[in-house]
Amino acid sequence: MLVRVADVFHALDDETRRLVLDELVARDGQTLFELCSMLVTRHGLSSSRQAISQHLAVLEDAGLVVTERRGRSKFHYFDGRPLAVIAQRWPTTREETP
Amino acid sequence: MRIRLTSIFVDDQRAALAFYTDVLGFTKRHDIPLGDATWLTVVAPEDPDGPELLLEPAGHPAVKPYRDALVEDGIPLVQFAVDDVAAEYERLTARGVVFTQPPTDIGTAVVAVLDDTCGNLVQILAMKPA
Repeated sequence: MLVRVADVFHALDDETRRLVLDELVARDGQTLFELCSMLVTRHGLSSSRQAISQHLAVLEDAGLVVTERRGRSKFHYFDGRPLAVIAQRWPTTREETP
Repeated sequence: MRIRLTSIFVDDQRAALAFYTDVLGFTKRHDIPLGDATWLTVVAPEDPDGPELLLEPAGHPAVKPYRDALVEDGIPLVQFAVDDVAAEYERLTARGVVFTQPPTDIGTAVVAVLDDTCGNLVQILAMKPA
């Protein structure tokens, strides 16, 4: 996959978008409606559905969220591969240097 | 002022009647011929004089784009109270009902969202004891 590192960091540079990813990691495959209700009830967020929809678009552009249509509804899933690409570029563990 | 009746649009009135009675468990209240459709309402069996749900034909051209957009985002058009969301989820999935949101604890209540097969999403809700 083509990962633009700047897009990934930009996508993560927002508390609401980080919470969206937290919610998807907790339960993958959510509709916009479900995500919004989780953000309101668990995190007290009062963002409009339109705002959350825009946040999801940013996450999708960065490759951190993928969507899938099932029936007539759209479900959002977390995709951690862009983070793996970053960790490959700057390894989180490395051999001891003398 | 009281809420006596509310309505949802359904793709097919007969299919909707079957789903809302046989599957969900409501009772038919009115089925009165009205032009090429009927005035078709259902009520909760334990509250036959309570609010009626009108199953209205979805023929108006505004209905499809309106409902498509809501269903895409997972937004339910109507909410029903149940005693136990998890039990209803088990009962209804066993009957082939598709849920777009499994039972979810939202703090004060447990909710879930299902597809009514007639073009709408339905939320079921059980309030938690205070």
